[in-house]
Amino acid sequence: MRISMWVFALLLVSGFVCRVGAKGLDHSLHTERISGSAGDVLEDNPVGKLKVYIYELPSKYNKKILQKDPRCLTHMFAAEIFMHRFLLSSPVRTLNPEEADWFYTPIYPTCDLTPTGLPLPFKSPRMMRSAIQLISSNWPYWNRTEGADHFFVVPHDFGACFHYQEEKAIERGILPLLQRATLVQTFGQRNHVCLNEGSITIPPYAPPQKMQAHLIPQDTPRSIFVYFRGLFFDVNNDPEGGYYARGARAAVWENFKDNPLFDISTDHPVTYYEDMQRAVFCLCPLGWAPWSPRLVEAVIFGCIPVIIADDIVLPFADAIPWEQIGVFVAEEDVPNLDTILTSIPPEVILRKQRLLANPSMKQAMLFPQPAQPGDAFHQILNGLARKLPHDKNVFLKPGEKILNWTAGPVGDLKPW
Amino acid sequence: MKLLALQQSYANRRTNSFRTSSAPLDSSVDGAIKSPAALFWLLLHGLCCLISLVLGFRFSRLVFFLLFSTASNSPAATSLYEATTPFLKTTSDIAGALTFSSTPFLNLDSPANKTVTGSSSSRVVVGRHGIRIRPWPHPNPVEVMKAHRIIERVQREQRLQHGVKNPRTVIVITPTYVRTFQTLHLTGVMHSLMNVPYDLIWIVVEAGRTTKETSTLLSKSNLQTIHIGFDQRMPDSWEDRHKMETRMRLRALRVVREKKLDGIVMFADDSNMHSMELFDEIQNVKWIGAVSVGILAHSGNTDESLSSVIQKKEDEENLPMPIQGPACNSSQNLVGWHTFNSLPYVGKSAVYIDDRATVLPRKLEWAGFVLNSRLVWKEAEDKPEWVKDLDTVEEDLESALSLLKDTSVVEPLGECGRKVLLWWLRVEARADSKFPPGWIINPPLEITVPAKHTPWPDAPPELPSTEKVIGIQEHAEKRPTKTRTPRSKHSSRSKRKHEARVANTQVSARHSENK
Repeated sequence: MRISMWVFALLLVSGFVCRVGAKGLDHSLHTERISGSAGDVLEDNPVGKLKVYIYELPSKYNKKILQKDPRCLTHMFAAEIFMHRFLLSSPVRTLNPEEADWFYTPIYPTCDLTPTGLPLPFKSPRMMRSAIQLISSNWPYWNRTEGADHFFVVPHDFGACFHYQEEKAIERGILPLLQRATLVQTFGQRNHVCLNEGSITIPPYAPPQKMQAHLIPQDTPRSIFVYFRGLFFDVNNDPEGGYYARGARAAVWENFKDNPLFDISTDHPVTYYEDMQRAVFCLCPLGWAPWSPRLVEAVIFGCIPVIIADDIVLPFADAIPWEQIGVFVAEEDVPNLDTILTSIPPEVILRKQRLLANPSMKQAMLFPQPAQPGDAFHQILNGLARKLPHDKNVFLKPGEKILNWTAGPVGDLKPW
Repeated sequence: MKLLALQQSYANRRTNSFRTSSAPLDSSVDGAIKSPAALFWLLLHGLCCLISLVLGFRFSRLVFFLLFSTASNSPAATSLYEATTPFLKTTSDIAGALTFSSTPFLNLDSPANKTVTGSSSSRVVVGRHGIRIRPWPHPNPVEVMKAHRIIERVQREQRLQHGVKNPRTVIVITPTYVRTFQTLHLTGVMHSLMNVPYDLIWIVVEAGRTTKETSTLLSKSNLQTIHIGFDQRMPDSWEDRHKMETRMRLRALRVVREKKLDGIVMFADDSNMHSMELFDEIQNVKWIGAVSVGILAHSGNTDESLSSVIQKKEDEENLPMPIQGPACNSSQNLVGWHTFNSLPYVGKSAVYIDDRATVLPRKLEWAGFVLNSRLVWKEAEDKPEWVKDLDTVEEDLESALSLLKDTSVVEPLGECGRKVLLWWLRVEARADSKFPPGWIINPPLEITVPAKHTPWPDAPPELPSTEKVIGIQEHAEKRPTKTRTPRSKHSSRSKRKHEARVANTQVSARHSENK
């Protein structure tokens, strides 16, 4: 009796171990674990690690703006709206501001669109200023830290510099009132005025359902070597050339327009997503700003991103080891792009594809509705949780003032 | 969006640069015009203007760039390969000199830009950059080949991961014999098989005996082949041929049995056309499977009335092309067979090889069936009971189904027969048609007919078939033609249809008259 029980227990344990081992083995054939400099954090669950309080702002800052223009829900800056919606129903939300670690201001500064759908950032600084004035006068938490435990989602071209033109954006710099806050933005470039230390870089919004609808069978052979669709020259805004994309896109065109390995053009094909799934490399060069939704699309469709943007900071850079996943090409090396890409050993390419095939990688780039575990919302919360606990110097001594409320261009000081 | 702002700043920059660059010159002009220095500057200015006109850009900018560019941006200087459209990399100095009034930000950036090796400063400069083009911007063939290797490797990995797990060897059985069209047909099958990504064994059974002709052809593929001879000659009537082919296939199955070859047996007749998906699909077979075969009933030279009759019949039956294969019900189970309907062709089908009528397939062609090779082994574990032992079957089987005692066990493949994965075709040259052995003309052709008005005045009387051909052509040819018809001394005869060797419109006109 006893012996049979022990034998049974042994069998159970061995069966369990074998199953787990087999699962791990099978998993490793197709995908590889992703571990960035912060560790294996893509699958972390932020619930319980932080608490977020959402300020009650009048609807003129969020709902009314969205009602005026529902296009804001589908363009690439829609992350700000979806983040708000996610936080409203998330378990990390707390209704008691005293116990909150982070404070969120639901404001949609990127929702003032032109008729063609591009956002105008001219009123955004005033809007932001007005919102901050509101929260600093109605709640004590802003003045307690001068915004150091607050975070804002600013997905526009150059983040909180609030301008689409780089020179103007650099000139303005980050809005002075946001200097101490944590900025969640899509723009990231090292040593740039518009990227603060401690900002969290996120991917631009790409519609998840639209991309899922265009998936093709996985065994379709990848026969395109390099794929790119988009502008090379911006004749409207940069007629002379050399300004748009710092000349990198134009260099790609001039060097490789007759190369059969490079499937590049300015077409808008209906099969854009399907073609990406049939390509080995997808170019992600900078445009007017270094980031683009192409990175998200390349990751979702398993195409190795070739990033041509000097000093760019990619989304969730501390959680995702982008050097192992993508290929980085300096802008000055663009004429040698074909040599660079063909000299990558096949094992390295296969490894990159395995990393891309990891479902947690794809999830981390998406903003699905409703939110799913491991998606971009959770990665943002993970990033915020990694910044906790707040430093002692975050909390100001009574009477201490760091921010200059009258700094910035005169136009920004006008009420909104 | 960026249009107005950028254009404005651009316009500003434009006017500023012009003003500042010409400022020193202007002042000198206003002063003593007569002085030689002033004259020199004036001339220089005029020269610069002319050059700008010719080249189409601001020449003065280039001068300033070359004179004042600092070492900090020397890589920029070497990056200008293309002289036709030089756009200047804005260094902090140029920015300072030319555009200071319109864009004060650059001064803010310049302290950062001046330090080259400082790790905390950004290498990235805002502004106009050169478009880098390498000296020869065209594809490099070595790199193209490397890229193709990479693509091959990626596709192989894809197949490993998403394709068939544990692919089995494909054993292909092909009956053949030496004739005019053998090279044509066999090359097609050979190339299809060379592209199959799985292990392959090709059993070629040759009627008559194994010939060097066939074996040289087979050796061009790098496939593992088993070349067997079969002791009878190929008969001339299609009916007998079908029977003979069946016997040859059984002979090959006996080889599979003796050698205990393991894999999936498929029958690739040399004139058939196979798609690559067929080979992927047959990996799914367990014991015996059936695929849909498209029948290309060859109605070569039928006259008009016949073809219209056939057309009408086909329209009635609503079949664009006859297909043989499994028929399934809605729950994907085999319920019957689509066979070839030979009723419309009764009395009009080809009996002999030379007939110009339609060549009909059997009711169910062997090509549409695939077997697990263990079915023909003498002893195999879990060999099912519904298969007859190979030694006990009679020689004249009607179709592959006669190998089974129970035909309901056949697995329908290719989405239950909805996908046509191969096509059956029989087209042969005349029985007496001759071709150069190995399709090599040795000794080489000579021009025996000089360009004259009368045709073939010196054609040497050779073998009887040649004369027949000449006779017919002479008969058709009434008017003189200015042709230079190369006629070889040796047998370069081909089937009546295939006189295309002489690419000559007159000849083709004659040819059409013949028809």
